[in-house]
Amino acid sequence: MWNSKRLVLAHLWFAFAGFGAALPLGEWQMFIRSPLHTWISNPEWYYRSVTAHGTTMAYVFPTLVAMGFGYFVTEEALKRPMVGLRWAWLGFALVVIGTIAAIVPVALGLASVLYTFYPPLIGNPFYYIGVVLVVVGSWVWVALMSVNMYRWKRDNPGAPVPFPMFATVAGSYLWGWTAVGAALELLFQIIPVALGWRSTIDAGLARVFFSWTLHAIVYFWLMPTYIAYYTIVPRAIGGRLFSDTMGRISFILFLIVAMPIGIHHAFEDPQVGAGFKYLHSVFTAIVALPTLLTVFTICASVEIAGRLRGGKGVLGWLTALPWRNPVMLGAALSFVMLGFGGAGGLINMSYQLNATVHNTQWITGHFHLIFGGAIVIMYFVIAYDIWPHLTGRALESFGLMRAQLWTWFVGMIVLTFPWHWVGILGMPRRMAFYDYTDPAIATQAAWVTMSVVGGAILVLSGVLFFIVLVRGQTAPRTEPATYRFSVAVRPPRALPAALNGFGLWLGLMVALTIVNYGFPIAHSLATPGTAVPAIKVGERW
Amino acid sequence: MTHLSTSDNGADRGERVEHRWAMVMVAILVVLVVMATFAALYHGAMPQSRVETVDPRTLHLGGEFIESNLGSALEPDGAVTVRFIGQQYSFTPSCIVVPTDTPVTFRATSADVVHGFLIDGTNINLMLVPGYVSSLGARFETPGERLMPCHEFCSVGHEGMWGRIKVIDKAAFAGLAAERRRLSCVE
Repeated sequence: MWNSKRLVLAHLWFAFAGFGAALPLGEWQMFIRSPLHTWISNPEWYYRSVTAHGTTMAYVFPTLVAMGFGYFVTEEALKRPMVGLRWAWLGFALVVIGTIAAIVPVALGLASVLYTFYPPLIGNPFYYIGVVLVVVGSWVWVALMSVNMYRWKRDNPGAPVPFPMFATVAGSYLWGWTAVGAALELLFQIIPVALGWRSTIDAGLARVFFSWTLHAIVYFWLMPTYIAYYTIVPRAIGGRLFSDTMGRISFILFLIVAMPIGIHHAFEDPQVGAGFKYLHSVFTAIVALPTLLTVFTICASVEIAGRLRGGKGVLGWLTALPWRNPVMLGAALSFVMLGFGGAGGLINMSYQLNATVHNTQWITGHFHLIFGGAIVIMYFVIAYDIWPHLTGRALESFGLMRAQLWTWFVGMIVLTFPWHWVGILGMPRRMAFYDYTDPAIATQAAWVTMSVVGGAILVLSGVLFFIVLVRGQTAPRTEPATYRFSVAVRPPRALPAALNGFGLWLGLMVALTIVNYGFPIAHSLATPGTAVPAIKVGERW
Repeated sequence: MTHLSTSDNGADRGERVEHRWAMVMVAILVVLVVMATFAALYHGAMPQSRVETVDPRTLHLGGEFIESNLGSALEPDGAVTVRFIGQQYSFTPSCIVVPTDTPVTFRATSADVVHGFLIDGTNINLMLVPGYVSSLGARFETPGERLMPCHEFCSVGHEGMWGRIKVIDKAAFAGLAAERRRLSCVE
């Protein structure tokens, strides 16, 4: 580490502080809407809490983890000081200021519109401006990732860009372009109305713009997790990365196809015709491919570790793995949740099946399992792995780490499996109250209660996570060994330009966006009379 | 099976397995897409094909969503069209009546913000976006009463926005339709 330790720590501490604040809100919401609680005197509190939970967990927490981890990778993978440290601090300041600007009106009940905005509902302008500042701060990071990679390439002509950096830059480009959809919605549609300059808004077009961001943002959340699968897990358990090339291909595929598929969130919407819904459904199938390739590469890499440790036979390598190592345990639990969550995703992808579960509690279960489960558990693993290199103090509470990872896994399963089930039964999401005395939904009561228990286990796990970090902060100083990423079985000596840069792929990404989104957006813009009166929230309260 | 050996021989075999895996995965995805396409074309399981617009400010003044036209209508060809609107925080009509074994078309829109609706225990599920008309075909086999909640956050009263739908015998429906132009089960 040359000069970005404090920068990375600042990002991760602020990220986890936000996570720590938003986590109990989620459990409170579960309790409020469960049969354990009777009636909330003011349902607005519930929606206020959902807005705060969603905004923090979706926009602030993963963005800061991606940024902080990205700066870490830049120095450790390129093995030289990062360019643009001051810019990086500026980006961080924008994210912090944006977060505060957004959360204050939410806390005051002036912007209970949920993190998905839902115009023509319009909240306090500072909420939206805050979110824009968070995005702009993250764009500074996108630019810095790019600049650092290209400077390194200039100084090392012909050399393969180290895989961790290549993957990080892919993730940053993915986010840079993905965020444009919501940015267009906020800057050109919502904020002018929130400031009172305009009184009408095209709600259908806004939903199309938001879908541009809404799906690929999940892949942006996923990026640090996948980078950890490829570059941390094999090294931490004494294995090798099975294939450097397949890794690059997977990240390139994410970059190209994660974004132009978002209309699958609008399968039941009236403002997009059937043709584009079909097109996006097909592209959603394609985006499963890089994940399926990753599953192979990582399992193969782990198998190498098991055999190097003396594992024999078809399954013997499994028992030879270092299961007491938190990285091994976390990755395995993450994979289990990715498997269940991914299977749910394949169901959502087809619009025939999606019609049964659209906007039900199934969807909440799906993205909590993927994001809160498979993705966030690897954020913990990343923190455990790099913390000693940031603080110069060893993290040695391995038993506590394992307990934390297990409770997170069990809590997430107990939380989300009942959600999937009640979703199939038809429970709509995001309601402050359900009348469990109605015989038609009385059978859902026990399942919802189970979710409350799952949420409580997650809160406990969150507490354990902070105990591990705080204990690390008070440990004696040590000199950590040089940080290493996984080494491939066959490290690349020279790579074709297509696997060592992004020019071609960025062109393809933009072209696919135009093909898949150009017509729906142009059609909405060209159709007269689609703007409807905005409806302000918070004024009556 | 992966190989420990980093010799070219082992690595080549590993690569072959990798390529085979990739092919199998592509094949699985192709099968899924073909199934969805077949369901769409053969069973007509498609979302609405056309984008229709409507002005939420004038719903009450004229056009198909005027109050006297809301509810279930028996069409001359024997099919049924159900027209309703969502507004903060109820559906109008709040109780919908439909016959069994009859093609039913739901046509709906929103008078204010984004709403949604689903019918419990079915795959009937639509978003209501102000400015646009949502349309969906359905068919009910069994009589009974089902819940119809709004499933999209529509501001602070969202949790109270529940409608009901009653599926009644086809003949009984025809009898009711002979007496009144537009039917509902609002009491």
